[in-house]
Amino acid sequence: MPREYILHKVRTALGRSAGQAPAPAPEVRLSIPEWDFEARWRRFADALEKLGGKPERVPTREAARRRVAELVGDGPAVASDAPYLAECGISGLPAVASGFKDAAALRAACASAHYGITSADYALADTGTLVLLCSSQEPRLVSLLPPVHVAVLPAGRMLTGLDELLAILPQPAELTSAMVLITGPSRTADIEQILVRGVHGPGEVHVIVVEQE
Amino acid sequence: MTPLYQINIRKTLADEHLEEAIYAATGRLMDHRRKVVAPEVLPDYQELREQARRIKQHTLENLDYYLEQFEQQVTARGGALVWAREGSEAVDFLAELARRKQARLIVKSKSMTTEEIGLRERLEHHNLEIVETDLGEYIIQLAHEKPYHIVAPALHKTRYEVSEIFSRRLGVAAEAVPEKQTEIARQVLRQKFLAADIGVTGANFLVADSGAVVLVENEGNARLTSSAPRVQVAIAGIEKLIPRAQDLAVFLKLLGRSATGQPLTVYTSLLAGPRRPGDPDGPEEFYVVLLDNGRTRVLADRDKRQSLYCIRCGACLNHCPVYRRIGGHNYPWVYSGPIGKILSPQFQGLTQDPWLPFASSLCGACAEVCPVKIEIPRLLLDLRAEIVKAQQGENANRWERLAFRLWAWVMQRPKLYELAGTVAAAVLGEESGQSWISRLPAGLNIGPLRAWLSQRDLPPPGRSFRQLWRLRSSRVG
Repeated sequence: MPREYILHKVRTALGRSAGQAPAPAPEVRLSIPEWDFEARWRRFADALEKLGGKPERVPTREAARRRVAELVGDGPAVASDAPYLAECGISGLPAVASGFKDAAALRAACASAHYGITSADYALADTGTLVLLCSSQEPRLVSLLPPVHVAVLPAGRMLTGLDELLAILPQPAELTSAMVLITGPSRTADIEQILVRGVHGPGEVHVIVVEQE
Repeated sequence: MTPLYQINIRKTLADEHLEEAIYAATGRLMDHRRKVVAPEVLPDYQELREQARRIKQHTLENLDYYLEQFEQQVTARGGALVWAREGSEAVDFLAELARRKQARLIVKSKSMTTEEIGLRERLEHHNLEIVETDLGEYIIQLAHEKPYHIVAPALHKTRYEVSEIFSRRLGVAAEAVPEKQTEIARQVLRQKFLAADIGVTGANFLVADSGAVVLVENEGNARLTSSAPRVQVAIAGIEKLIPRAQDLAVFLKLLGRSATGQPLTVYTSLLAGPRRPGDPDGPEEFYVVLLDNGRTRVLADRDKRQSLYCIRCGACLNHCPVYRRIGGHNYPWVYSGPIGKILSPQFQGLTQDPWLPFASSLCGACAEVCPVKIEIPRLLLDLRAEIVKAQQGENANRWERLAFRLWAWVMQRPKLYELAGTVAAAVLGEESGQSWISRLPAGLNIGPLRAWLSQRDLPPPGRSFRQLWRLRSSRVG
């Protein structure tokens, strides 16, 4: 059996025996700065802009709805079933399709939509990152197949960075089969190291942060 | 006869465009990295490296425990673990899976481990279509080559060559603008993603406490490979484990910065098992293939075990004066650059390409930039010693051994050593200012000595150090 063979070879190499407890692991190293929301926002916007992303800040959910309506125009747009998008009234916009009952229809809609609208579970200030815990409400393909990704989230979900995220979610796999960190538009530099945006994922990423509680 | 590797290296050195391309590309990657690890930007960079090294060391020293923990977690989340002693077992598993699923088309994201076992070529023998989806890898696949660089596989290709490859292989009109070339690849590959039955990925990290595969990328092809097809298979070496999801805080900060100068790459996916009940997308089946393929042998060597810390960032390639001149195709195995020089002899056997660990100036740049602090120069020295030993055992050169024994004998007798030096100086003429080695008896001017001297000369012998010292002492005294 390959399993037993490999484990046996590993144990022989290390001089360990089956079932032996491991030595204590090095302590986890997380360092979390103390930044207020203004400091977080500044860093987030800076980092995302540098990558060619479009950070925006709006005062109310209603303002977010209007902004998204402006952005997606006549669509076609697909929105995830994230409750926050419904709260903002975004899921009900005329150009936006959402609430798909079957997986094939959702996939086909994502493949032909120009805009994919999601919320985000968190944002990371120091790198300009969106964090999506994929689920029945937040599918994987909405933020991936359409050429433009629009994410809308409340200001309270803005964390300082990766360390704070992993302090809050020490075991992300308990919550989701796919946690995705999105840091700016899809890009490549594979041909002569010339930067090209929008390879397989969206080439345009808008992040709308809503101040309203 | 000149060995093949030397002929190939000379070809690269004679290709001015290629030389420029490699030098410029690696230079840019060096600049990008330098900017994001500078103390004013990342004050705890050195501490992060130290922590990364500590975690890798700890994980490997307790690897059986973490492998079993990982297996248990993957299984608990509805995934399945497949153990492969060597490449062929991984290939066989995939071929059998494809047969069972009646799969025709496999999409694949970039993975050095699958290059290592020649997965694509071997699956093609099973009548499967297997498509690389990373843009650089796709170009390389169409050109029937192997990756030039761990991180930038098509680093050596110009846009004009890409244009030629695309028109020849895809039947599209010539197009030399990278934006448009990328669009062509996006169109072709998008159809492949949506039609594929199986997605094959590698893994940057395997998280033991989560049963998760972590993928780091910029294009989105790894996300698509792991989201669109019904079945996902991640293939990874057993050394890819880290104990906890929280350790990613250390490794993700180092990997992107060291590889391309990015604080985080565009996409980082932590994937744990197949889609959960109610999820509208994601794979229905999730497999992780854990590959040995020689890793347990390296693990058994306490000193060189650290070779397995490598997180494949490619920084040592970019900073290596040898890689920057000879490029990625002059190394005998898929892993090139300094890390390739220590991995190849350990995985492929010491005497397969015995010259490899010697092709280094031991400048130490690789060790300085390695995010997990692998002591590459020291390992190169160890490997050199082992190779010489192995060769002596096999077919030692009798004359060489005799010469070294004579040299050692003379060295241990100061008077005799001095006499030898004086004689040499007298015979060859003091400070003649001319290449004196060429005046040595022809029989001595051979083999490695000639190769060495084709580029340089020794200074002419004058008074020996011992003579000068005595002279100085007598004057002062």
